[in-house]
Amino acid sequence: MATEAADAANGAAESSVGMPQLDFSTFPNQVFWLVVTLVVIYLVLSRVALPRIAEVLAARQGAITSDIATAEELKQKAANAEEAYERALAEARAEAGRIAAEAKAEMQAEVDAAIERADVEIAAKAAKSEVRINEIRKSAAEAVRDVARSAAGDVVAALGVKVDGAAIDAAVAAQMKG
Amino acid sequence: MATETHGEEGGLAFHPMDQFIVKPLFGDGPVGIVTITNVTFWMALAVLCVVALLVLGTRGRALVPTRTQSIAELAYGFVYRMVEDVVGKDGLRYFPYIMTLFMFIVFSNFLGLLPLSFTTTSHIAVTAVMAIVVFLTVTVIGFVKNGAGFFGLFWIQAAPLVLRPILAVIEVISYFVRPVSHSIRLAGNMMAGHAVIKVFATFAAIAAISPLSVLAITAIYALETLVSFIQAYVFAILTCVYLRDALHPHH
Repeated sequence: MATEAADAANGAAESSVGMPQLDFSTFPNQVFWLVVTLVVIYLVLSRVALPRIAEVLAARQGAITSDIATAEELKQKAANAEEAYERALAEARAEAGRIAAEAKAEMQAEVDAAIERADVEIAAKAAKSEVRINEIRKSAAEAVRDVARSAAGDVVAALGVKVDGAAIDAAVAAQMKG
Repeated sequence: MATETHGEEGGLAFHPMDQFIVKPLFGDGPVGIVTITNVTFWMALAVLCVVALLVLGTRGRALVPTRTQSIAELAYGFVYRMVEDVVGKDGLRYFPYIMTLFMFIVFSNFLGLLPLSFTTTSHIAVTAVMAIVVFLTVTVIGFVKNGAGFFGLFWIQAAPLVLRPILAVIEVISYFVRPVSHSIRLAGNMMAGHAVIKVFATFAAIAAISPLSVLAITAIYALETLVSFIQAYVFAILTCVYLRDALHPHH
């Protein structure tokens, strides 16, 4: 070491050795205090500090484990609740579908009944109208015959031919048949 | 560090090692075995820091930790996992012992980084005592747990029979070198870093290179912060490795 020369020049009593580490006169002192220090630290650690830290760590581990278990349980509960909800939802949906189908069927039946009623009414009205049309048609034919007969009588009279009514009737009837 | 001023007359005066001098805290007497020295002071500070972190920091026993408590738990978990991974479940009995070593070294190293402080772990006397205690403990545990089977550590079954005696010699030598490397690694790292910082600090007295010197100090300080932790970690994990060898001598 570069200190030797400087030390010699200084003549410092305590650093007469190059390395204070090799000054054997201080060894007993260092060893004594080291042993005291290590014993004190050992006692403090083994009696107080280490058991306490171990206890804290174990307590934390326990707390974490139980918290995880609780969380697992809550998760299970949530899953159950969700399942129940899904089931209720499905049931409600099925119920709604059933009610809708029922209502639809009911309405269909009502509509069918109404249509049937309407059909019957229409048929009745149509039949009545048919009868009336036939009547009108018959009376029209009667009227045509009357008009033809009187017109034929008038035309014949205008021609100066004397014909009786029965002959005209027969002729008109023959014509109308034709 | 106090000697910084008394070399001014001769230009630059390098005293990078003066920071490691052990001296009485009160007065100027000789350093006896129970003299209150700067070693005592800084070791006491390390104890106080350990107590502050691991005892006061956790006194709330909070389920959701405070900042200090969470650092304490982090340190606990770090060493605990290290012991569990390296030594195995049966090594957890020695966890407080390894935790003690780790916490002491970590706090001594970091306290040593404070300006004007004294680094107890830079002294070979300190690290050697810890390493020798680890060595003796591990050897005793090895023989108590395995009896003569502990010699199996040196008799490598995987090697060819011819090589085994040679390997055994090498293994025995390396086993006895363990405390040396174990202690010198830590003390050497701490001492070298602090000495280098001190040398650069001395250079800072020269105006021309002082900016460079300050930059270098900053960089080395960052490196030393890293080294402080890593060396504590290395010391602890090597202790774990030796302990594993003692508990399970057959690789």
